[in-house]
Amino acid sequence: MKTFEIVTEAINPQLYADIVLRPEAGAVTLFTGHVREWTKGVRTLHLSYEAYVPMAEKKLAQIGEEIEERWEGTKVAIAHRIGELQISDIAVVIAVSSPHRKTAYEANEYAIERIKEIVPIWKKEIWEDGEEWIGDQKKKPEGELT
Amino acid sequence: MISLRYFAGLREQTGVTEEQVDMAGRTVAELWEWATEKYPDFLSGAARVAVNEEYALPTDVLEAGDIVAFIPPVSGG
Repeated sequence: MKTFEIVTEAINPQLYADIVLRPEAGAVTLFTGHVREWTKGVRTLHLSYEAYVPMAEKKLAQIGEEIEERWEGTKVAIAHRIGELQISDIAVVIAVSSPHRKTAYEANEYAIERIKEIVPIWKKEIWEDGEEWIGDQKKKPEGELT
Repeated sequence: MISLRYFAGLREQTGVTEEQVDMAGRTVAELWEWATEKYPDFLSGAARVAVNEEYALPTDVLEAGDIVAFIPPVSGG
């Protein structure tokens, strides 16, 4: 496994926490983003994710570099799953370790925001009566994000 | 030759995953013009272009062997 990767199988979050855990870390934040059933009253049956894999892994690594530069002493690992995902499956995991907790929380949130901006991954929602590629989440009202 | 890749909604609109074009020496903006002419439904303005796995500017010049990807608005997470 890699520190920044796109995977096609179920994600085990603990593996990514293990990557970032070090003796100097007093805090590890582990974020998992899951497939949600209901979005604004519309029921999702399942999701399908697609990625431009080599570029997506490069951009995940870039986010890690941005974080390690901006918050000294942090270490980051990120994985995103693609393919068909069912309700409650883990789509993304972000692990951040740092000497103190505040930084670990902040840096973790920064990572998910950046994923939604620059990482070439696309989500298709499949409903009971149709399907659609979702894009430009940043411009939608709150509630649309992960 | 330049190798083009299409993803997600753009792949479904164009009906192709990859194709080759003879546009070495032309700019990203010119390629964009070509694409929107060939595929009238192309979401003009909505997608970014990546050259060799890095986001490109409209003024960037394409070189033979480049891999160009049209990147629709992303929705990971």
